[in-house]
Amino acid sequence: MSGSFQRQVEVGRVVLINYGADAGKLAVIVDILDHSRALIDGPTTGVKRQAHAYRRMTLTPLVVKDLPRGAGATAVKKYLEKNETIAAWNKTAWAQKLANRVQRKNLSDFDRFKLMKLKSQRRAIVGPATAALKKQQA
Amino acid sequence: MVNAPRNSFIAPGVRRYSRSAVYAKKGLNKHPKPAAKAADKQTPAEKTVELKGGQKRTVPTSKASRFYPAEDVPQPKKSRKTAKAGAIRASITPGTVLILLAGRYRGKRVVCVKTLESGLLLVSGPYKINGVPLRRVNQAYVIATSTKVDLSGAQIDEKFNDSYFAKKTVSNKKGSEEEFFEGEQKKKVYPESKATDQKNIDKAILAAVANVPQLRQYLASSFSLKKGQFPHQLKF
Repeated sequence: MSGSFQRQVEVGRVVLINYGADAGKLAVIVDILDHSRALIDGPTTGVKRQAHAYRRMTLTPLVVKDLPRGAGATAVKKYLEKNETIAAWNKTAWAQKLANRVQRKNLSDFDRFKLMKLKSQRRAIVGPATAALKKQQA
Repeated sequence: MVNAPRNSFIAPGVRRYSRSAVYAKKGLNKHPKPAAKAADKQTPAEKTVELKGGQKRTVPTSKASRFYPAEDVPQPKKSRKTAKAGAIRASITPGTVLILLAGRYRGKRVVCVKTLESGLLLVSGPYKINGVPLRRVNQAYVIATSTKVDLSGAQIDEKFNDSYFAKKTVSNKKGSEEEFFEGEQKKKVYPESKATDQKNIDKAILAAVANVPQLRQYLASSFSLKKGQFPHQLKF
């Protein structure tokens, strides 16, 4: 950690790919190639080992601890499973937000109707309650 | 090419230009019609000729042509093609909830009862839930949703076919004096038999709908696009 940067490009950094066929998948930086690309691998997430530009990935706060530089696919897999990195990612608010987005997109017409009903039920409870609280405080 | 006809055949019996198109091309409207020729002096149809031997014989005054066309007017081609009913989309099966997109009941969510031979869909509201009667709709004017009503137990009568919905011919009194004076007094009554048919079909559908929570309210509500919704991006 140095300066105001919280996440560094480093070996073992978990990244989220945001461009191309693998968009939306997680991968790990295995090696740093130059100032614009890194070698990434995602043996458990279906990402092939490849050189990938930094501008086409987003750094996550997760780092695979003690991953050796240039580790092979089997080694990367072992480290990912040992550290339970994917499980840790799924727990983050960021991952849940992405999952929610996918779920919302795949709702059927009937599901949207049921969601609308649930939301109006919530409004019917929350709205009057907040109004009462505001009145109390005023 | 001066005398080449403008009009040619694109297929036997089918000319490139219609009669009126040729008329316009020739500009016949710009010139007065040639006056009809005065009828020729009456020439007798036959005359008598004296032959060499002194015999006499009657011969037609104008000789008939020795040739005549083997084919006279080309017969227009008769088409034997008939329009076939298109295949029904795989997403539409009996029991599928459909969203109607056109007509009186646009926006309504209805249940598909069965598919008819004409390629149309037989749908029902059910009438009690959203006011849509037994009705035929074209599958093109419908969104099929992934929601299904279980109609496996329902018995749909064979009589619900295309002829069931055919219009009865009305008496040809329109525009007559009789109609003018006595018309508009008789109000059409919805036939009793159709009302009972509706009830019988809806009975099974309503029973199936009642088994799924909130499905009844869903069918009662109508569909509309909200802000930021685009039909091609939605899953139904």
